[in-house]
Amino acid sequence: MIGEELIQLLTPEGQRIAHPEYESTLGGDEVFSFYRDMVIIRRLCNEATSLQRQGQLALWAPLQGQEAAQIGAGRALAPMDFTFPSYREHGIAWTRGVPPADMLRIFRATTTGGWDPQKYRHSVPTVVLGNQALHAVGYAMGVQRDGAEEAVMTFFGDGASSQGDVLESFVWAASFNAPIVFILQNNQWAISEPSSLQAKIPLYHRAHGFGFPGFRVDGNDVLAMYEVTKRALDNARAGGGPTLIEAYTYRMGAHTTSDDPTRYRIDAEVEMWKHRDPVERTKALLAREYKVKKAAFDEVASEAEELALQLREDVLAMDAPDPITMFDDVYADAHPLVNEGRREMIELGVSGPR
Amino acid sequence: MSEQVFLLPDVGEGLVEADIVEWKVAVGDVVSLNQPLVDIETAKAVVELPSPYAGTVTILHGNVGDTIEVDQPLITFEVVGGEDATPAAVEAATPAPAAPAPEARTSVLVGYGVANEDATPTRRHRRQGTTAPAPAAAPAAVATPSAAPSASPRSTPPVRLYAKQHGVDLARVTGTGRDGLITRADVDALLGAGRGVGVPSRVASPATPSRFIGRDLEPWDSGPAEERIAVKGVLKTMSEAMTQSAFSAPHAVVWLRVDATKTVELLASLKSRPSLEGVRLSPLTIAALAVCDGARTYPGINSSFDAAASEVVVRRSVNLGIAANTPRGLIVPNVKDADRLGLVAMAQALNGLVDRARDNTTTPAEMAGTTLTITNVGPFGVDGAMPILPPGTGAILAVGQLVKAPWVVDDQVVVRHVVELSMSFDHRQIDGALASQFIAHVGAFLSDPAPMLIAG
Repeated sequence: MIGEELIQLLTPEGQRIAHPEYESTLGGDEVFSFYRDMVIIRRLCNEATSLQRQGQLALWAPLQGQEAAQIGAGRALAPMDFTFPSYREHGIAWTRGVPPADMLRIFRATTTGGWDPQKYRHSVPTVVLGNQALHAVGYAMGVQRDGAEEAVMTFFGDGASSQGDVLESFVWAASFNAPIVFILQNNQWAISEPSSLQAKIPLYHRAHGFGFPGFRVDGNDVLAMYEVTKRALDNARAGGGPTLIEAYTYRMGAHTTSDDPTRYRIDAEVEMWKHRDPVERTKALLAREYKVKKAAFDEVASEAEELALQLREDVLAMDAPDPITMFDDVYADAHPLVNEGRREMIELGVSGPR
Repeated sequence: MSEQVFLLPDVGEGLVEADIVEWKVAVGDVVSLNQPLVDIETAKAVVELPSPYAGTVTILHGNVGDTIEVDQPLITFEVVGGEDATPAAVEAATPAPAAPAPEARTSVLVGYGVANEDATPTRRHRRQGTTAPAPAAAPAAVATPSAAPSASPRSTPPVRLYAKQHGVDLARVTGTGRDGLITRADVDALLGAGRGVGVPSRVASPATPSRFIGRDLEPWDSGPAEERIAVKGVLKTMSEAMTQSAFSAPHAVVWLRVDATKTVELLASLKSRPSLEGVRLSPLTIAALAVCDGARTYPGINSSFDAAASEVVVRRSVNLGIAANTPRGLIVPNVKDADRLGLVAMAQALNGLVDRARDNTTTPAEMAGTTLTITNVGPFGVDGAMPILPPGTGAILAVGQLVKAPWVVDDQVVVRHVVELSMSFDHRQIDGALASQFIAHVGAFLSDPAPMLIAG
């Protein structure tokens, strides 16, 4: 099903596997730090799901299963590179240094953004499907015109890959040879539609039709994700143009907290992917090859636990802003229609802190 | 110590109520933060709610099957105050005037937009209802918007439907929900039905309660003279499916008595095999294999009638439904692609299916797409049945009790293990000849399974 073309450096059992074009350049300490990132973001994500179930968030989009795809890609970025996420890129946000509580603000509906994109070189979540691909290519074309040595990376899923925005962004990226890496996390399900329904060829093949390289990587293999993404970013910075990386992975949980995946997919499939877990295979490698002891793994677990409690505390302490402030950041400058909306809302008496 | 009330949150963007499926804690339990408390079923999904507090459960505000409205109390906790160890305690210490749940809900939801007409005033009233005094311009009707000169009394779609089903005019109902919203309980109050929840306690009766579609009925002597049970959950599924099937598919029945002695002997000999240790084999396992083998031989039986398209759909894979008697009532999960399974795999698949049904963990996916069904009425001491087809299937086989009975072998009357098979089929696409050939094939399989198993 996956085919020979899958780039993999670490098997689901945690064994290294040779690839003709890629090899892992990471040392034991680095692999361990990747493991730590994956454990922490998984734990934080679970806490966010709990907070939603307790009425503290309006919505949450869990990433469980996609940790390696995000941590591997995120860690390959250079500090000045710029990233454009969808709404599930909590792992990328973590690698960019976004404070966890800020990741939850938009899901608590207390902000329209959550953080300063320039500070973390990471744009705010885009919920309109695939829209960020256009923002990213536009930004990359700007980088090109500035002559800056930066690369741009954007993220979307198998579902959004069918959006016009994404396909248009492919055209523009190819035409202008923009310094961009598209990370397509194929988590197999576009809410309830299997990816096999909307793509009759492997998704990464689509890049070839637009005239730039595409690769399929085992998205649950953090080593392969890192190496393939790093090379694509280097290539973009060196003027080599766009690359599409299809991270072949699996959404272990629901699309969002409003979704019930048991209505459309079978248990056996979820079971099969459990055996391909990104965190477990990295742990197996660390234990076997680098002799990492249980105490070290336990320490990461407790650190994740502490961060989860801190996250909860921060979220519960968040103040809701005056609703009227929602108009503030629609445009950089004043806009007559926005002003009219703001005025109407004030007249309706909905302003004032809650 | 302080008291904390966990209000039912909106777990799915714009939901108004949820049914309690299962309590995972009881009054007096000490629970930790994020410990699973309860499974609730909303219009969208069954979800597990984790505890927002570390503390002791003091009140469960409802029974299994009850419908709770969003923002109404679900569980009350006694929480240890004054400590900063748990974030729950932190929140308890915060003198928040508003309950935590509405805070998140009243904001615009991420990425899904808001319906234009009704939503805006509703949200505005909610906001004002849950916050400190609103600014001067607040409309006068904040407390009871249902009294406002609007076209119809304020309620929610499920409650409107419920009222309609019970012939209640909402204009006659006084809403007691937030902002005068008419709740299901308000409708019930008018109906005076009681609905089993607050039934006055009577002298305890020694008689055991009898089960009735997922609930216990009170004994004859001590129960209410007349009781009304809401048709929902498993009962609703069963009633709708059976009505649909009975009045669209013309049912016809064939039956056959089978000497299943060799099946009994085969199962006995397999039971002692070390390699099959832990695999629960039963006559049902063999019957399931026999049905699949029959479908392979007579694919026409594995069919459904698509009246809308004027087509018969013949499927070349069997999703074998098993009618299961569960604590919640009758459900029919199926084994996917059962025709590809051998003896051991079939036994394991059936056991898993039955176990999950008993544990209430059957998934909706497991209940979808049945093509053929077996109903195992034997364990109830019954010989046969005229089962009704699950909608969209061609045949349902009832397997009766396996009993010793006189049987003629070589003109001698001998004692054999005998089972009766009875099968309903959809006579729109399956004729009596095909049904007879199929049931004869299943019977032949059960009367001598070994060669069929090896050949298959």
